[in-house]
Amino acid sequence: MQKREIWKGSEAIAEAAIRAGCRCFFGYPITPQNEIPEYMSRMLPQAGGVFVQAESELAAINMVYGAAASGVRAMTSSSSPGISLKQEGISYLVGAQLPAVIVNVMRGGPGLGSIQPSQGDYYQATRGGGNGDYRTVTLAPATLQEAVDLMQDAFDIADTYRNPVMVLADGLIGQMMEPIVWQDRPGRSLPPKTWAAEGRRGRTHNNFVTSLYIGAEECEEHNLELNRKYAAMEANECRWEELMTEDAQLILVAFGTPARVAETAMRNLRQEGWNVGLLRPITLWPFPTARIRELAGKSHVKAFLDVEMNLGQMLDDVNLAVNGQRPVHFYGRCGGAVPHVSEVEQAAQKVLEEVQ
Amino acid sequence: MTVIYQKTKGLQDTPLHYCPGCGHGIVHKLIGEVLEELGLLDTTVGICPVGCAVFAGSYFSCDCIEAAHGRAPAVATGVKRTHPDQCVFTYQGDGDLASIGTAEIVHAAMRGEKITTIFINNAIYGMTGGQMAPTTLVGQRATTAPLGRDPAQAGWPIRMAEMLSTLEGLVYAERVCVVDIPRLNKAKKAIKRAFELQMAGKGFTFVEVLSPCPTNWGMEPLEANQWLMEHMAAYYPLGVVKDTGGVTG
Repeated sequence: MQKREIWKGSEAIAEAAIRAGCRCFFGYPITPQNEIPEYMSRMLPQAGGVFVQAESELAAINMVYGAAASGVRAMTSSSSPGISLKQEGISYLVGAQLPAVIVNVMRGGPGLGSIQPSQGDYYQATRGGGNGDYRTVTLAPATLQEAVDLMQDAFDIADTYRNPVMVLADGLIGQMMEPIVWQDRPGRSLPPKTWAAEGRRGRTHNNFVTSLYIGAEECEEHNLELNRKYAAMEANECRWEELMTEDAQLILVAFGTPARVAETAMRNLRQEGWNVGLLRPITLWPFPTARIRELAGKSHVKAFLDVEMNLGQMLDDVNLAVNGQRPVHFYGRCGGAVPHVSEVEQAAQKVLEEVQ
Repeated sequence: MTVIYQKTKGLQDTPLHYCPGCGHGIVHKLIGEVLEELGLLDTTVGICPVGCAVFAGSYFSCDCIEAAHGRAPAVATGVKRTHPDQCVFTYQGDGDLASIGTAEIVHAAMRGEKITTIFINNAIYGMTGGQMAPTTLVGQRATTAPLGRDPAQAGWPIRMAEMLSTLEGLVYAERVCVVDIPRLNKAKKAIKRAFELQMAGKGFTFVEVLSPCPTNWGMEPLEANQWLMEHMAAYYPLGVVKDTGGVTG
């Protein structure tokens, strides 16, 4: 049997990043993810890497931009208000086609909000929170095991498409302790970074990393090229998990910690004889639209209940996927409050009674 | 036939887009010459700004990265920390360095990042069309200070070389200008020393270049040079502000 170890979420994410080949971390302290920069400051130099505590989140993401532009696996982490500051850099990373990983351990907002867990940054993560027309693959772990497994994938996806990847974890994932197994996750085979500005070192041409395309036509062509990458990400990277949807009358849709709450509610309701299933998006972008639409068309499916730690942001994507075929209900807590199993059960039962 | 002068290998053949009488092209040339003379063109990464020099990456003949407005020192930090063997410089104007990027330049100097910053101070926003810069002189007109900079409303111009020189991490700061050949040679010497100190691993190095902007000052090029010496150099004294770098090489 593989060895199980108890880890704290933020530290596990940091360790997983080092194991995934991350060789530099730039960050600024913010609760509830301080254990990530703390762990990195301790462990990254031992792994031959670089840790710098930046003067701001803005500087941190631009240090990531520099390291990524020179061909190094780079990451930063923060929590909601800090991620807002990083949006400038994320937009530039996309524009300059640079791979990097950004971890957001979400807390309550808007503004300073609270330091308790939240999923209030769903829109920001999935719509591209910075300027311009762009997308970032957004991975949402629901367990610490999944969080550590996804870190390797996050770096590989970033390198595959030369595009930043966001790991969107709620504060509970960052703060709780849970057993994990360190598994050898084979990395993808990736193209060499021939574009990196790392000094010519004998190369006959200069590499110039930029997001500037000053002419309207060249900027449009650049955007179309980026769009082809987004299409490839949508085709290849969409992930979700389904539980007991085969005969479900009601399908719960939830990501991150609320998906675990929803799963317990589902199992309790199953014991009471209700046919409930769960669909848990693992990638929030690309969103499993096609699968949800397919489920909505099945005769046994009568309704959906979307559960989030916000006031209904993924709800938009669920509605777009269901496309009016079935009613979509919502239950959410926000500002740092976490939905209780009994609350989700109650909300589900109400919908189930309506559709009988 | 003896070659007595040729264009530096430190610049590409791309025609410069700068206005007549602008200082940017001269400083580009000096940087290119210094990098070539020090044999650094194959081991340099230049970080380009937002502003008039936004196309600098198409002019310097070395690897370059275009940064967001003001963030060049943070980008340079990311490059230098992961590639300590490379020569890394930022090229920034006064809006970029002394306004939107103030935090980034102060903290790069504070950390003693082993990079070189070439700061082009022309006391005006060039690219956006002549708005007030943090370095605009008191009384100097700008499109956002139509009656001239009024300290009661806009404060006093900032002396970046002096301010940064209070930081231990900065080992070398000199203010130069490029209005005539002797001063141009002096500027080149300063740029060379800054790069030499960087490559010797001494710390953060900074060269502030007072640079004419005839277009946005509304002057003929020669008049602009004269105005620079009379007014700018009076407020921003030329010369070494700090040098704790010692001997290199």
